[in-house]
Order: sequence, then C-alpha cells, then structure tokens
Amino acid sequence: MSSASSASPGPAAFWSVADTARRIAAGEITATQVVEAALARIQAIDGELGAFLAVDAEGARAAAAEVDHRRAANVPQGPLAGVPIALKDVLVTRGLATTAGSKILHGWVPPYDAHVVGQLRAAGAVIVGKLNCDEFAMGSSTENSAYQPTRNPWDPSRVPGGSSGGSSAAVAAGLCAASLGTDTGGSIRQPAAFCGVVGMKPTYGRVSRWGVVAFASSLDQVGPLTRSVADAALVLQAIAGFDPRDSTSLDAPVPVFADALTGEVRGLRVGLPQEYFEAMDDDVRAALARTAAALVERGAELVDLSLPHTALALPAYYLVAPAEASSNLARYDGVRYGQRTDAPDLLDMYARTRGAGFGTEVKRRIMLGTYVLRAGYYDAYYKKAQQVRTLIKRDFDRAFRYCDVLLTPTTPTPAFRFGAKATPVEMYQADVFTLSCNLAGLPGISVPCGLTGDGLPIGAQLLGRPLDEATLLRAGGVIEAAVGLGDRHPPGPPGPPGPPVIGGGG
Amino acid sequence: MTEPRELPALLEVWEPVIGLEVHVQLATASKIFSPSAIAFGAPPNSLTDPLVLGLPGTLPVFNQAVLQLALKLGIATSSQIRAKSRFARKHYFYPDLPKGYQISQFDEPLCENGHLDVIIGGALKRVKLQRIHLEEDAGKTTHVGVSSHVDLNRAGVPLVEVVTAPEIGSVEEAGEFMRSLHRLVRWLEISEADMEKGQLRCDANVSVRLRGEDRLGTRTELKNINSFRFVEHAIESEIVRQIRILEAGGRITRETRLWDAERGQSQPMRSKEEANDYRYFPDPDLPPLVVDGAIMGSILRTLPELPSVRFDRYQRIHGLTPGDARTLVSERALADFFDATAAIHPGDRSGRIIANWVLTELLGALHAGGIPIARSPISPATLSALIALVESGTISGKIGKEIFEESYRTGEAPAAIVERRGLQQISDTAVLWEIINRVVAASPKQAEAYTVGGKDGLFGFFVGAVMKETQGRANPVITSDLLRKRLGR
Repeated sequence: MSSASSASPGPAAFWSVADTARRIAAGEITATQVVEAALARIQAIDGELGAFLAVDAEGARAAAAEVDHRRAANVPQGPLAGVPIALKDVLVTRGLATTAGSKILHGWVPPYDAHVVGQLRAAGAVIVGKLNCDEFAMGSSTENSAYQPTRNPWDPSRVPGGSSGGSSAAVAAGLCAASLGTDTGGSIRQPAAFCGVVGMKPTYGRVSRWGVVAFASSLDQVGPLTRSVADAALVLQAIAGFDPRDSTSLDAPVPVFADALTGEVRGLRVGLPQEYFEAMDDDVRAALARTAAALVERGAELVDLSLPHTALALPAYYLVAPAEASSNLARYDGVRYGQRTDAPDLLDMYARTRGAGFGTEVKRRIMLGTYVLRAGYYDAYYKKAQQVRTLIKRDFDRAFRYCDVLLTPTTPTPAFRFGAKATPVEMYQADVFTLSCNLAGLPGISVPCGLTGDGLPIGAQLLGRPLDEATLLRAGGVIEAAVGLGDRHPPGPPGPPGPPVIGGGG
Repeated sequence: MTEPRELPALLEVWEPVIGLEVHVQLATASKIFSPSAIAFGAPPNSLTDPLVLGLPGTLPVFNQAVLQLALKLGIATSSQIRAKSRFARKHYFYPDLPKGYQISQFDEPLCENGHLDVIIGGALKRVKLQRIHLEEDAGKTTHVGVSSHVDLNRAGVPLVEVVTAPEIGSVEEAGEFMRSLHRLVRWLEISEADMEKGQLRCDANVSVRLRGEDRLGTRTELKNINSFRFVEHAIESEIVRQIRILEAGGRITRETRLWDAERGQSQPMRSKEEANDYRYFPDPDLPPLVVDGAIMGSILRTLPELPSVRFDRYQRIHGLTPGDARTLVSERALADFFDATAAIHPGDRSGRIIANWVLTELLGALHAGGIPIARSPISPATLSALIALVESGTISGKIGKEIFEESYRTGEAPAAIVERRGLQQISDTAVLWEIINRVVAASPKQAEAYTVGGKDGLFGFFVGAVMKETQGRANPVITSDLLRKRLGR
C-alpha cells in the first residue's frame, strides 16, 4: 500500500504493519532505525497533537535493539518484530506508568503486563508509549482526559473522538504503525471513524481483559486501530485467543485473519438496519450510499431489515455501564496505590482522595451507577437493562438469519469541534450507532469510506456474528479498496522525513 | 456480667430466638480467585499478588477446589444444590477490602434449605439452614496507636457462610450447633476450623419474645464471637440485656453490636440507619458457577458417613451409651478407629467392650503422650486381638491392661507378650486345686477364722494369695469357685 519513495512527509511514517515487519526482516531497514524515526516524529508532532501521555523511548530502543540483535543472530522472530505500536493508557504495562487518563492513578507504575501487551511483546512489537484517552475510557472526545486534549490530525480544531482518541490520532498522524484501544460503547470505532483509520472491536471474550483497567466489565473489549484492514487483521491475530486469567475469555479457535482478506464479497448478504439510517449528516448518508453501492457492484446483496430495539440501546447502556463502573472504580481509595489526599479520619480520606482524583464525568457516572444499584432499585434499573440487552441480542440473532454482516454509519456526524457537545447527553448520543454492538457482545469494525466536503473522514461500520471477525475483515477490505482514503493522509505538519531506506526499497 | 442463676428464671417468661451466621475458611492451598498461596501466620502482605492487592486490570478466576469442599458441606447438610449459582459483588469501603467490594453470593447461593443435626442431651435435634454460600475473606486491619496496619494475607481466602434459620431456641442449642458444625467441617476435611486462627467465626442474630408470642422481637446482630465459650456467653448476655430493657418498658434498637470478650459485654457498632447499602449485583467478571452431575457424583462417592449418622448407629447397632457414642464421633479418626476395630473383631456383641477399651485405655494413653489418634501406636487389629484374648479367657482383664501398656510402648503383639511372659490365664481346675491346697495349708489360722469364725472378709485374702502365687494368672471365677469348695463355705 505504501511506496518507499522518500518524498515528504516521510512515507515510512505511513508504512503498513506488514510492510514495516517485512522490510525489517529483509534487512532493508533496522528496527532501531524505524523506532528512531517514530520517536523523532513523535517529538516533532506530538507537542501539538497531544496523542501520547508517555513516550517510552528507552524501552522502545531496547526492544528495537533486541529485534535487530535477534535478526543478526538469525533467531526466529514474531510477525510484528520491530513494528512500533502504542497503547491506550488503560492497558497495564509493567514498569511503565499507567494512568487511565486519570489523576487518581498518577504515578502508579504497574508490576505486570496486560495480556495483550504480553502478546504484542511476544510477537516482537516495539511498544513506543502510552496514549491519551478519556478518563477511565469514559467519553467520546478525549476531552475528559485529566492530562491534556488530543487534536484531530485532520483538523486541529476538532476532537479525535474517544475514548481511544490518542490511539486514533497517533495512528492517523503516522506516529506509530498501529495502536490498541478499548471499546465499551464505541471507543475504538468512533475515534477510528473521526480520524480516518480502521478500528475493530472484537467479539466480547475474543481478547483477554486481563490487565485492562476496567470501565464496564461486561462491555469492555480491546482491539486494534490501524491504517488498513490488513493491519487490523495482523494486530488482532497477535492479541486474540483464550486466556485462562480472564473468566469471560472465549476458548474458541482463532482463524488466520489475514486469510479472510480475499477481496471477494460475491453473494455476501449485507443487512441495512433501517434504525441506523434515520438521523445523520448528509455527507455521512452519501458516503454510506456509495459504500453500499460499491459492495453491490462487487456482487454483494443488500437486505433491508429492522433491529426494533435499537432505540433502547442508549438508555440500557447508560444503566449498565455506569453501574459496573461505579463498582469497578471503588478500588481507587488512596489506600494502596495512586494518589491519596490525607485527612484526619478514614471517611474523610476516601472523600478527599476520590474528590480530588476523579474528574467530573467519572464522578457523574459513579453517582449514576451507585444510584442504579442501590437496594430496592436493582430490578427496576440494572436488571431491566440486562433484559433489554437480551432483546437487543435477539434482534441481532434474527437479523443474522437474513444477512451475514450489517452495514451502518459508525457515527451520525464527522469529528466535532472541541466543546461542541454542551451537555453530557449530547455527548452520549455521539455513540448511538456503536452501543448496541457492545450490549450484544458482537464484533464490529469501522472502516474509512470517504471524506466530507470539509475534508473530514467518514467511517462505515460493519457488525458481524459472534466470533465472525473474519467476515468483517473481508467486507471491510473491499470497502477500503473501493471507497477508502487510499494514500490520503491528514494534512498536518510534515514532520521529519522517514527513515533512510537501505537498498533503495521497493 | 450475667448473674449465673438469673437466666433460667427469666426464661420461664421469655423465649430467645437465635439465628447464626457462621463463616468457615476452606482449607484450599490457594485463594478463591487467584493463585496466591494461603498460610496462617506468614509475614504481613507476603501472600498477595496483583489480584489480591486489587490492582487495576486484575480479574478473578474461580478456584474449582473451593467448589469441591463447599459441595461436601452442602451435601452433608442435605442442602439443595443449585446447578447454576452466581457470584455477586457486595460493596463497602474499608482498607482491608482491596477492591471496594467483596465477591460473595447473594440471591443465587450455592446451597439452600439444608439442615444440621446437633446432639443435645443425648438426642439429635435438627437445626434448619437457610443457605450456605461462597465468598472471599477480607484482609485484616489492626490499629496501633494512631496508625492502622492492613495485612492482606487473609484477603481472598475462600469462605463458606452458613446461615441458620432464626429458630434456635436456647443458648445451649446455639453452642451445640457451633460444636456440631465445627466437628462436621473437620470430619469432612474441608477446614481446620480453628476459632483462634479465625478459621471459624460466628455472628449471632438474637431477639427475645414472651413465651406464647408468635411475632419475632426486634433483633440485634452480635459480631466478633471468636471462641466456643464466647458463643454461649455473648448470646446469653445479649438475651439478658434485651429482657432487662423490655421488662423496664424499653424497646430494643435494631443494631449491630460488637462482642468484647475481655469486658464480657457487647457494644453498639452501628444502627440500622447507618447500615451499608451493599449495592449487590452479579459479578460481570465471573460466569455462573456450574455444578454438574460428574462433580456431584464424585463427591457423593467419597463422602464419609456423617457424625450424626454414626452417633445413631453406635447406639442402635453396637449398643453404646449416648455418652460413649457422642465421644466417639467427636473426631472422625477416633470414630474410624472404633469402626475399624469393630469390623475386624469376631462376633458383633463386643461394641461396648471395644468402646470401653478405645475410650479408656487407648485415649488415656494417647492423651498422656499428646499423640493424635491418627498416629496411634496400637492398630485396630492389635486392639481387637487383645480384647479377644480377654474375651476368650486366655488372660484376665487386669493382665489385659498390662499387656495393652506394653504393646502400646513396644509395639509387640499381645499374643506374643502373653506367650513370652507366660501370662496365659490358668483355668485348669486341677492346677488351681493344687495351688489352693497349698495356699490354704500355709495359712491354717486364717482358714479356721474363715470357716469356723465366719470372718467373710478373709475370702479376699485367699484369692489374693492364689493370685500372688500365680502372678495374677489364675482365672478369678474358677478360683473363687474352688476356694469356696476347699474352705467349705
């Protein structure tokens, strides 16, 4: 997909995962050169962009040197050997500060690696740093980060989406080859759509949550953000699979995802759920129409259908997610780690620590969740919301009798401006198309499908059957080829040129 | 403090109603939701891992060994076992609760509607159990001066909470319930149940009402009862406290009270208004706990005969007294020893004799040496052989005790000792007659005093003389018989 020309702004910055790994394996370039280029580009651009909360230059250089050393010694390497990857800061990293975008975890250095981090390291990836996000992944714009805003590389006056906004911005701006995000109600797919990258939320249980700072346990899932569908397949391959340390992890065979990218959709039945095409910007509507038409041109079949309980997803989500969050965040009490605000008595210490440590949106959700779970109200709220989840799941089960994937817009609008969502509810509505997928535990992917008249990316969302990420990658690859962004990258500052290419490249 | 004779008088008018909530630590090697090891008395916070510390990103994984142990108790108490039970989060803030919630079970517990038969006054009394559920233990906080120290070694130790119906009607029954549960969990080998180590802990819900009244009175919850003695003491003191208030025209406040063993009284801890709202909800990190036929089958196959069943069997089949039966079932190894001896022993009429030997000679010797029954130097086969020697008349009971001591000490078989030391009882009338003739001839004055002078007490003198002559080997029954003939009365 990328060419090795040395023209500004440094195409190496936009090399694909596979290309980077292949070039390093072939000796065209060293892992050290790749990581130095990435670090230099981060240094040059990220002051403005704000994607990284921490850059682990030392760790990244050591990992890259190890890759180069192993290559020199002819030791077999993993499929991601030398590929610079960055992580949303809700993923726990051994020896590298992890904040979840919150002041309350400021200064906490974890003693262990998240499962996905261990998997990436095992595959040879070079972890370059930790990426900004909404505090505890609660938000849709990354504006709720306690540390800094992250800008959208396509338009610095706009948000990158959220909560994995650092992950989408860093990949879009070419600061790393790929990143990991987490998706509880759209937090991978929505920022991917806003930044013009591919974002996949795997089936609930496909990827272990061990070492993922929990927001809403029954909804959270880790997934890749990449510049291509093929890259998404490669990164997903590295992190997917059963992990006995997560009791909700699925013990199911993992296919070779790259094999799914056949470029072929003949006979594929693509469902268009009418509830997802009611309210959206004209540009988004037009892009989706072009996407659907492109699929039909290549032999897919469109199926109009209905997911009748879609309107209930947002209220159900805002009962389940805050309820679980209020419970998951109870551990931040200042006793064992993170920030403590001392006080003469215990209750006061708790109140001051949590009062100072949590931001407004997190407090709002803790209060909402605490209210939802209080004695005597469980049946009316949490249990009712779980029953709604069952109805939503049934909607999907029925839909997948008539189609193989569902095609929807990822978001009703392209990236909005900072401060544009004046109330929490307006912000919540930005996720209206992405929530159902989490409530039902299904896999979903957002693939760029064009730009608005203002040059902002638009995302097409595909939802699939449980454990059928392969079909999403296959259809996503076709959309990417037909209506994707091609070689268009964010206009942003050029940054330093890419690394020198040994042997001229090709 | 309660006056010792105060309660019986009060109980003629008032009736106590007691419910117990008993926590039992299960004796697994590792914690209920993590591989962290379990040991008592380890250095503070040495038995922890990221999960036990409640670090961000950690997830619980249920230790299936816990299920095996809990199911034993569930089945032994005839509980209904849920095929699918559920873990729930119980929220409250405390420094020794690392996650801010305890993983417990709420509306879908593992076991319900069981019962435990306790021995009261030589008979079995049935105490109903509302539920038995699984949960994780919290850590331990100690307050030293102005600072508090948290030790999380205990955090995550598996517990079962056994909840009785509020139907226990006396202090004695409450105490016996605790002893019976203690015996049962040790019997099933699911817990050491050492109260001093906190492996068995009791909370009591206590209320009183006028006898004949149907409605329950306002209850209080007593916490921190950590010895068998305190169970009865604390409940008794609470009953008297409540009756005094009611008799003075007062009302009972629904509250939690902390038992202070040193002062022998309870103090209010928190009232109902201050009670925590635990915000229970199913733990989304844990799938339902499934009990399938295979697990049930494997436990049913290996479940030992229960103490209450043996208590009954020892009386019906072996003719033991309730007291002996009760002592035998106080410990599984002891009851097993009795059963093994009785099974080997010829005939089926020797139960009382075997029990006597086990409870008197064997337990006496073991206690003196501080040796547990499991390491008894005398095997059931040896004891049976010894008893058989006595029963067949080969040796006397008195010699039997001597041989027991020697065999216990040296491990030599009783028959071999008898043989080597020539201790066989002399029952041959010809031999005994000759000895008696010699003894009587040697003491003519005493013979005359007995026969002519009517001094009955001298009969014992001659028996003693025969025993001395035979080193105690003379058959006492035959000796008496022959002596009477020889002395002419």
